[in-house]
Amino acid sequence: MKILRKSGRATLLATGLAAALGATAGLANAAETVVMAVPTFLTGAGAPAFGVPARNGAEIIIEAINKGKLPAPYNNSGKGLAGRQIQALIYDESGGGVKQVAEFRNKVQKQGVDLFVGYISSGTCAAITPVAEELKMLTIFPICGTPRIFEEIDKNPKYVFRTMGHATADGVAEAMYVKANMPDVKGYTGINQNYAWGQDSWRDFDLAMKQLMPNVPVSEKTQWPKIFSGQYGAEISALMLSKEPLVHSSLWGGDLEAFIFQGSARGLFRKKKLLFSVADTSVYRLGKKAPAGAILGARGPYGIFAANVDTPLNKWFRKVYSDRYSTPPVGGSYQAAQGVLAAKYAYDKAASMNGGKFPSKDQVIAALEGATFQGIAAKVHMNRSNGHQAATKHMIGVLAWDKEAGGPIMTKVQEFGPDCVMPPPGVNGTEWLKGGMKGAKC
Amino acid sequence: MQELIVILIDGLVFSSYLFMVSVGLTVIFGVMKILNVAHGSFYAFGAYMSATLIGAYYNTDLPEFGGFLAIFLAALIIGVFFGIVLERGLLRFLYHRDEHIIVLATFAMFLVLEDVLMMIWGTDPYYAYEPMALLGAVDIVELTFDVYSLTLIGLAVIVGLGLWLGLTRTKWGKLLLAVIFDREISQAMGINVTVVFTVTFVVGAIMGALGGAYIAPTISVSPGIGVEVIVLSFAVVVIGGMGSIPGAMIGALLVGISRAAAVHKFPEIELFVIYAIMALVLAIRPEGLFAPAQARKI
Repeated sequence: MKILRKSGRATLLATGLAAALGATAGLANAAETVVMAVPTFLTGAGAPAFGVPARNGAEIIIEAINKGKLPAPYNNSGKGLAGRQIQALIYDESGGGVKQVAEFRNKVQKQGVDLFVGYISSGTCAAITPVAEELKMLTIFPICGTPRIFEEIDKNPKYVFRTMGHATADGVAEAMYVKANMPDVKGYTGINQNYAWGQDSWRDFDLAMKQLMPNVPVSEKTQWPKIFSGQYGAEISALMLSKEPLVHSSLWGGDLEAFIFQGSARGLFRKKKLLFSVADTSVYRLGKKAPAGAILGARGPYGIFAANVDTPLNKWFRKVYSDRYSTPPVGGSYQAAQGVLAAKYAYDKAASMNGGKFPSKDQVIAALEGATFQGIAAKVHMNRSNGHQAATKHMIGVLAWDKEAGGPIMTKVQEFGPDCVMPPPGVNGTEWLKGGMKGAKC
Repeated sequence: MQELIVILIDGLVFSSYLFMVSVGLTVIFGVMKILNVAHGSFYAFGAYMSATLIGAYYNTDLPEFGGFLAIFLAALIIGVFFGIVLERGLLRFLYHRDEHIIVLATFAMFLVLEDVLMMIWGTDPYYAYEPMALLGAVDIVELTFDVYSLTLIGLAVIVGLGLWLGLTRTKWGKLLLAVIFDREISQAMGINVTVVFTVTFVVGAIMGALGGAYIAPTISVSPGIGVEVIVLSFAVVVIGGMGSIPGAMIGALLVGISRAAAVHKFPEIELFVIYAIMALVLAIRPEGLFAPAQARKI
């Protein structure tokens, strides 16, 4: 496997030279390999929580695919994608939508990329979607969460797929968990970053709460700190002064960890019940500093929620990841690996439908549309948005510290089926929530 | 009444943070007329070095409170090293160039240093919470505050007073003021402007690094922390007046207390407040609140 890594601006010159040479080599090898671009955050604030774990997860799966070493159910699927080795082009997602769109065009038109599996930021996914459709480029989003991709930006996609549930599923699962486990809660408030992800997360949780627990009051002073602000003294004071006992938060990465340090020092977690929608990204790193007793999600059955999934694929993935990176895989690692597995499934299935010959792009797309394939931790059902949007089961639980194992564990875990937390096919998530979540199969 | 006192405390803590991260920027601009974008890197390197030294210190059996020395040592190491290297190695070759070129050069240094930082420390976050845990918490108007954040107010006052006294009450400060007033005449009168520039840049770099080093125990020290600081610092310095230390202090107070009030009363406009104040000040007084009106040389 050839992996080109571009880790920062300082290496731009060297990478540019390598890329120029690599592009030539790539064209020469184009007949024998599948060039898979894997954009992820390698620099900036998104790198530690999502970008680097996602890269690590994708690398492990790509290596195993190329060697034909994937465990069951992929153990008899041969090497590579439909027999061809993956040439992975891992590069940095930092720099914003405009830069990433230019990079996308460059990779497609000059470097002969065959498919993209990547993008973490909802903003980047939103910018890339119309360009991928314009350039007819197979693009799999494994992580980004905004529902707007297929509900507003492109309602009839052909080339773009997303292989995990979107933010609506998170909000619904969280509200259902609260209803089941805190039926007498006296009110709720929130602290979410003031950008697309934070706003969408709060909107969906709030709408779901209004449907499921209509008599529970919501605070009029929910907190909206700037993304990457890192200083939460005033917000923590405001939350501690508020009368609502439940606090919803979709903070992630360094912001989440700073909030936990500052909140712990002031006793916030003793006074309020915190519900963190993506805190799994930090629990292993923080260890005992992670707030035991908080309600946690991982945007699906990933990371710490998959710790005890007893399948050959999951056990192998966790062992290889932990041995190589000295930490268990987190949500982003699972989700990126799941995106690569979607490509593996689609290419192999398309080849088998094509009489064993390497499939065309349209055949790969047809194979993935509406498919159900095995992810690392759970089955993935591509049955929303004309077969381009995935639905998976969801899990929420309470964080605890396992003294015997010396690590964090999830307790009081509740599982929600994909058709319970995701809007039915063809239904807009916000309208579904406002309409009382009709058709939810729980 | 409770809320009012809490707003004041929160506002003072955030103002102190703003002042600590912006004072180095304004010192350098005041003397050298350089808008130093690499200031964000000083902050980030200070935070990383502080986290590293604190981590190393608390792995020893030395007295717990000694860990605070690591914070100041980190600021000194980073400030002196990068101050001298950048000023002597890059900026002195650009003094005769247009100000815009120098801004671009410092921006380039900021980008390079961001990558150098990741080459040294990688992308994993660093934690240094021991000093904050050590100082514990205190109840004020029935609300718990961590003592470490409150000490930031004292540090900002000491730094502000120290710089002000140093500038107005010492011989070195008077030389500095002379250079600020007129670089060419000062040189003609025998002041070694080269040394003044180097020392000023090093002091500014130490201030930037101290901001990061002192904040490190309260945050997750991870890639990108310098970017946010640069934006905030510019806002505060522009409001107070470029190059004015009292201006930075008043600008920080104005922004900090307004932001705390917004968080408590109208949280949805928190993001907007800082830039609204900046826009308002620029509309009324484009040179900032405390920058003296300047006569143009012809």
